[in-house]
Amino acid sequence: MLEIKNLHANIDDKEILKGIDLKVNAGEVHAIMGPNGSGKSTLASVIAGKEEFEVEEGSIILEGEDLEELSPEERAHKGIFLSFQYPVEIPGVSVTNFVKTAINESRKARGLEDMPANEMLKMIREKSELLEMDRKFLSRSLNEGFSGGEKKRNEIFQMAMMEPKLAILDETDSGLDIDALRIVANGVNKLRNKDNAIVVITHYQRLLEYIVPDYVHVLYNGKIVKSGTKELALELEEKGYDWLKQEATV
Amino acid sequence: MAYTEEELKKELETKEYEYGFYTDIESDTLPKGLNEDIVIAISKKKNEPEWMTEWRLEAFRAWQEMEEPEWANVTYKKPNFQDISYYSAPNKKPKYNSLDEVDPELLDTFKKLGISIDEQKKLAGVAVDIVMDSVSVATTFKKTLAEKGIIFCSISEAIQEHPELVKKHLGTVVPKKDNFYAALNSAVFSDGSFCYIPKGVRCPMELSTYFRINQAGTGQFERTLVVADEGSYVSYLEGCTAPSRDENQLHAAVVELIAMDDAEIKYSTVQNWFPGDKEGKGGVFNFVTKRGLCEKNAKISWTQVETGSAVTWKYPSCVLKGDNSIGEFYSIAVTNNFQQADTGTKMIHLGKNTKSTIISKGISAGQSQNSYRGLVQVSSRADNARNFSQCDSLLMGNRCGAHTFPYIEVKNKSAQIEHEATTSKIGEDQIFYCNQRGIDTEKAIALIVNGFSKEVLNKLPMEFAVEAQKLLEISLEGSVG
Repeated sequence: MLEIKNLHANIDDKEILKGIDLKVNAGEVHAIMGPNGSGKSTLASVIAGKEEFEVEEGSIILEGEDLEELSPEERAHKGIFLSFQYPVEIPGVSVTNFVKTAINESRKARGLEDMPANEMLKMIREKSELLEMDRKFLSRSLNEGFSGGEKKRNEIFQMAMMEPKLAILDETDSGLDIDALRIVANGVNKLRNKDNAIVVITHYQRLLEYIVPDYVHVLYNGKIVKSGTKELALELEEKGYDWLKQEATV
Repeated sequence: MAYTEEELKKELETKEYEYGFYTDIESDTLPKGLNEDIVIAISKKKNEPEWMTEWRLEAFRAWQEMEEPEWANVTYKKPNFQDISYYSAPNKKPKYNSLDEVDPELLDTFKKLGISIDEQKKLAGVAVDIVMDSVSVATTFKKTLAEKGIIFCSISEAIQEHPELVKKHLGTVVPKKDNFYAALNSAVFSDGSFCYIPKGVRCPMELSTYFRINQAGTGQFERTLVVADEGSYVSYLEGCTAPSRDENQLHAAVVELIAMDDAEIKYSTVQNWFPGDKEGKGGVFNFVTKRGLCEKNAKISWTQVETGSAVTWKYPSCVLKGDNSIGEFYSIAVTNNFQQADTGTKMIHLGKNTKSTIISKGISAGQSQNSYRGLVQVSSRADNARNFSQCDSLLMGNRCGAHTFPYIEVKNKSAQIEHEATTSKIGEDQIFYCNQRGIDTEKAIALIVNGFSKEVLNKLPMEFAVEAQKLLEISLEGSVG
């Protein structure tokens, strides 16, 4: 599904990613952990194609296609979805209107007609139930005045609507209380299938109790310094990151 | 949204001014320049009674003594008033029984404007009095309106057919000598619309007028007078498009609204005069005086979407004379490239318990300058007056400007005045967020701008709202690189 090879990326001439290799197959869930400033969010932004980052070296390949020349929206049309750590507000644009626009733009790019209104409504109903969202929520302006938890739930709602091939969840657990975390995680789990892949970026092991990863990678100082299975997350929870930092500098 | 994505895409691809075409219809044009003879000639051409000629001459004499205002936050090369032709009428004043008899080129123009009279006749209950270069050439739905006693016709026709009404009301809200451009308009106005709604009548359809400048070098001086008698209601739509021209075109209209006791007037405008090209060349100068008078318990709402003109100078205002009267102003002003707009409103509270609401949304892009200028005035007699003003500005890019000039004059202690203002910028983060969801930048801007403008767009009648939304998108295309 996704193959990242020797990825180096800069912002304002400062190197943030210093050679990342990562392979994610369909049906897998990968967790990327690491201390603050290790480059986790940068990795997410670079995969999504944010233009302020310069890719100096290496490649990102989605289903055999190099993404280098593709704009963020084209990557989205190919099935990449990023759940933002800090979702932006768009005053006056309802959640429903935004999601409708997003879906129809992607369909248009794939040469499809707009989704019929009744189908859209049905899907909205299903997916909002999946995330236990109040219907009133859907008519509110996108993220405006939303609590941290509501913003994150809204991100996952959009993911459910967009049905991406590759979803990257950037710190989706931050700002969530335990009930909201459970609902969001349940939602994500229900969206898992053999044809899609999920990359979960998180500080804490807590989210991984609910979304159980197949692989865990530790990112430190722009590099993946250790990879393992879910047990690695537990080990990190217990010991912190310092031992890895030491290992990495040795 | 009533239009398809495909249509929208096409719209967005249209880089040049959409209505930039020119119709070659023989015109009857007066020589350039302005003096008493020209004023008299205009009046003669319109076959006006003597009192009207005198009225014009008084205005002209006053105008000669006046100076062009310079306080607005705009800079432009002043028009040479002696280099303008003040009258131009389509040559064959038509009296058609059917559309087949109408000049096909004219019909074609209507088609390009998106107004099919034929359709209009059948559809939607919109009566259209189309002003084509100063003379009204088509009036529909007259019969239906006549049954209710509603008069909706060109101002020239009204001067002929209903002189008592015109004489009684013309210039009562915007006096001849009100300001430089109002005086000029009073002297030379060649056409415009007149509307009278009798006591207690609710106008059954939205009344609309399409304006259009069509002759090179002719200024257009429209005069609109809407009188809503006691307890009546009318919704009036005004939409403007103009062909692209290299030299600046002057547009100085006057609109007067009179809402008698318990009457309500809703006046909506979508203004799309040619804004000039990307280098700031050409474009219409739009110097407009719009004012409404509210008697007891009356209400006037102005809603405007301003996307066009090189220079705009416009303050639709309400004089809240009667007790319990209400004034509203909802505005979206978009400026792009080198456009300049200085627009806002005046709410003059004279009566007791009068209320006013001002919602202004300014969107600036390119190197344009967008100013809100508003006056809220509460007189000493106006007990318990209330005003709420909200001015929001949205900036796109780093080279444009948004300015707010709110004036508040309160002479009564019981008044409650609120003013809120915000300035925001379309952020790269917002754009990236949309991009990540598969929405390209052009569409993302349209989405953000429509969201920003929603409170005002919602005030427009349905068919106008769709048109306005499209206009916003067209006006801002290419504004974020």
